Amino acid sequence: MKIVGKGVAKIDGLAIATGKPLYTDDLVPANALTVKILRSPHAAARIKAIDTVAAESVEGVACVLTHKDVPQARFTLAGQTYPEPSPYDRLILEDLVRYVGDEVAIVAAADERAAQKALELIKVDYEVLTPVLDFEQAIDHPAVVHPETDLHCNFDIGHNRLRNIAATHKVEVGDVAAELAASAVVVEETYYTQAQAQAMMETYRAFSYLDHAGRLVVVSSTQIPFHVRRQLARALELPASRIRVIKPRIGGGFGGKQTAVAEIFPALVTLRTGRPAKIVYERRETFTATNSRHAMRFKVRLGADRDGLIRAIDVECLSDTGAYGEHAPTVFSVAGEKSLSLYNKARAVRYAGHAVYTNKLPAGAMRGYGATQGCFAVESAVNKLAGALGLDPSALRLKNIIRAGELDIYHNRILGSASLDRCIERGRELIGWDEKYPSRDLGGKVRAVGMAVTMQGSGIAGIDTASAEVRLNDDGNYTLLLGSTDMGTGSDTILAQMAAEVLQTPLDAIIVHAADTDVSPFDTGSYASSTAYVTGMAVVKAAGELREKIIAAAAGLMNAAPAEVTFDGAVLTGPAGDRLTLAELAQRSVVGPDRRQLAGYASHGSPVSPPPFVAGFADVEVDKETGKVELLDYVAVIDCGTVINPNLARVQAEGGLVQGIGLALYEDVRYDERGGLQTNSFMTYKIPSRKDVGAIRVFFEESYEPTGPFGAKSIGEVVANTPAPAIAHAVRNAVGAWLTRLPLTPEKVYAAMTKQPKERTCT
Amino acid sequence: MRIEVTINGHKTALEVAPDEILADTLRAAGFASVRRGCDTTNCGLCTVWVDGRPTLSCAILAARMDGRDITTIEGVAGEAEAFARLLVAEGAEQCGFCSPGFIMTVLAMKRELADPTDDEIIHYLTGNLCRCTGYMGQLRAVKKFLEVRP
Ligand code: FES
Ligand code: FES
Repeated sequence: MKIVGKGVAKIDGLAIATGKPLYTDDLVPANALTVKILRSPHAAARIKAIDTVAAESVEGVACVLTHKDVPQARFTLAGQTYPEPSPYDRLILEDLVRYVGDEVAIVAAADERAAQKALELIKVDYEVLTPVLDFEQAIDHPAVVHPETDLHCNFDIGHNRLRNIAATHKVEVGDVAAELAASAVVVEETYYTQAQAQAMMETYRAFSYLDHAGRLVVVSSTQIPFHVRRQLARALELPASRIRVIKPRIGGGFGGKQTAVAEIFPALVTLRTGRPAKIVYERRETFTATNSRHAMRFKVRLGADRDGLIRAIDVECLSDTGAYGEHAPTVFSVAGEKSLSLYNKARAVRYAGHAVYTNKLPAGAMRGYGATQGCFAVESAVNKLAGALGLDPSALRLKNIIRAGELDIYHNRILGSASLDRCIERGRELIGWDEKYPSRDLGGKVRAVGMAVTMQGSGIAGIDTASAEVRLNDDGNYTLLLGSTDMGTGSDTILAQMAAEVLQTPLDAIIVHAADTDVSPFDTGSYASSTAYVTGMAVVKAAGELREKIIAAAAGLMNAAPAEVTFDGAVLTGPAGDRLTLAELAQRSVVGPDRRQLAGYASHGSPVSPPPFVAGFADVEVDKETGKVELLDYVAVIDCGTVINPNLARVQAEGGLVQGIGLALYEDVRYDERGGLQTNSFMTYKIPSRKDVGAIRVFFEESYEPTGPFGAKSIGEVVANTPAPAIAHAVRNAVGAWLTRLPLTPEKVYAAMTKQPKERTCT
Repeated sequence: MRIEVTINGHKTALEVAPDEILADTLRAAGFASVRRGCDTTNCGLCTVWVDGRPTLSCAILAARMDGRDITTIEGVAGEAEAFARLLVAEGAEQCGFCSPGFIMTVLAMKRELADPTDDEIIHYLTGNLCRCTGYMGQLRAVKKFLEVRP
């Protein structure tokens, strides 16, 4: 392979790195109105009256909209394939507010100053209601988050509005109770994972205008342009054919931008006023009024025989979806699916529980999408089991993990590719497991190692579809049209690498266009680790089809059969040695009557979602005086099938690992007792800085995925999962106590350490 | 109020509000490379140079810039591109949203520190957050850049 597998530079890398005006806010028309949102100060309240007269009279104010001025069709903002499994539990504005930060009114004005002034002049009379803030108290709480009767679900997701249950899910294979009873060793524990903010550097933003035909154009920093178009159509009661969504360069998404939090507001203003309008969320707004990772509680029971074969896994989960149910059922199910599928020697597994509504910031999609949470719980329990059995945790895993060609107990499907065993072996060597496990007391500090393994998926099996088109242009170059969304991952580049590989052409002969719903072929968007795998296959197929058409067209001109013509990417050679350059063929395909521009077009959806795997190893130092955990070294060995671009894959892995480290050690979305968000800035919500991360080392153990493009699987999400359980394991080995609640702050570590000094295992 | 500043070597007169912050002034004046990731001086995305020193433009009033010399990445395009090439070769720009502020800090560091150690590099750049890359690739690029003699 000439281009696939090479660490080529990103096609837009230089432009974005040097600050060219390519992002949403750089492209706003000069006369756009500034949109601002009045937000609820209460976690639960009914709006009795709202007075906008003074606000409307502020000079420069174009409109002030309240719940009386908006369409009444309920919708979901979750960026999922239609019909979405997420409940339709939102209105654009409603007379009921469900969390501190919920939208109350929309203001649009000529500039920021006027908009701000108008916001301050809106008078709202609230009837303050009792909120439900603790997700463990949510079910059957007297306060009902969604009392409305017009809420709608497209599927039976076990929604029970009056009990504050957004979704219910249960999977059971085999007889869990019997297998647990028959197990020689059973470990049991309850784990908590906290909400985490996506904290992408570019906050949410969008602008809108009417085009020459009176159609609504929305330019947005989104991962899901086609879903945004559909959501806007439903929420604004406008035919989708009247809407165009364009995605420019995006300053990070991490799943946050798989929920369309901002687009509706400027769009509504443009429809009402006929004028361009923009909204740019402040950082504080991004923390308080968008979405975050679902906080979860897991009760885990693991049963094993004396040799360490895991016989039963039982997980009961409770998930906090906050005020609205975006992604509630699916994040919930993924938490079980991805963590229980790993251990296929089990004879019985069960995963069950609820996602519940509370009067807090809605939860949504975030990198890992539940697998991160489930991985912390199940991997912590597996480490605990290793302790109970007196087995090395890496050996325990090698005994129990699923391998290529084996049946996955959760889906009853054969696994196509896996090199997790090699990932574990190599990671052990790289971290120096044998010398370092479990720990070493250095006096004031204890040094210890810990590990975890994980898997994710590649796209959503049986649901998501991507399309791609490759055109041969008049000058012999190609245009690759995509509907997927490069949010910094480099997906435009790797997809161009795939097309270039099939067409045997240099990368710079490929022009990439993505994404504009008027122009791009349909793609569900970039989420669920789907782009390289699902869109990638569409690209490979489309490029293959074009290649055949090129050969057939040349054969026609040469009066030969297609099988007699060879094509090396630049020149077509016929049976009689006649030669035709691609450029000549391209030109002929568009000159004169009866010609036809050559293009390949393909769609792809996959009946399977082949998992990538990671084995993660943490080397930490814990300060005995303070409980502070310092991460010295993190080794991740990754199986993402064929690595399409090693440089981009490595950096993506490093970034995901650091997000996982933040989750492990300090990132935490915290509220006060009235439901106000305490962590609403980078002062109070700490993401890792470059001083916090120690050394991160990434390695690949390639496998070959038969259903993937060039054997590739995904890498985007899986890398976020192992740090939390691996670091918690290392902390256990350092201080002798299990920490079951993330994040592992010094306070918690110190408390755990001083409570159970006798359990310490130091060599 | 009216201020006179030099931006990227050009003397300019600007009309600014008394409470206007420099980042907004610069963006409004067409320097789109100046980005904001926070409003609390935590992220470093808005870094420009004021009289040659890296400065957070979200935390300084435009009114205070009267008579000062401001440099954005557009003003050091050649040098910025030289470093950006190393960054991009490493794959260490992902979304790129943090890159202009980061690059301005790296270029300032190169002027200020001679032969810095890894720790000194990390310390100098700590105020520049990046949510995408995990920092390792950025460090690889910076070290290559420092080896390149001007
Ligand atoms: S925007 Fe200035 S430091 Fe974040
Ligand atoms: S590259 Fe996205 S924040 Fe740094």
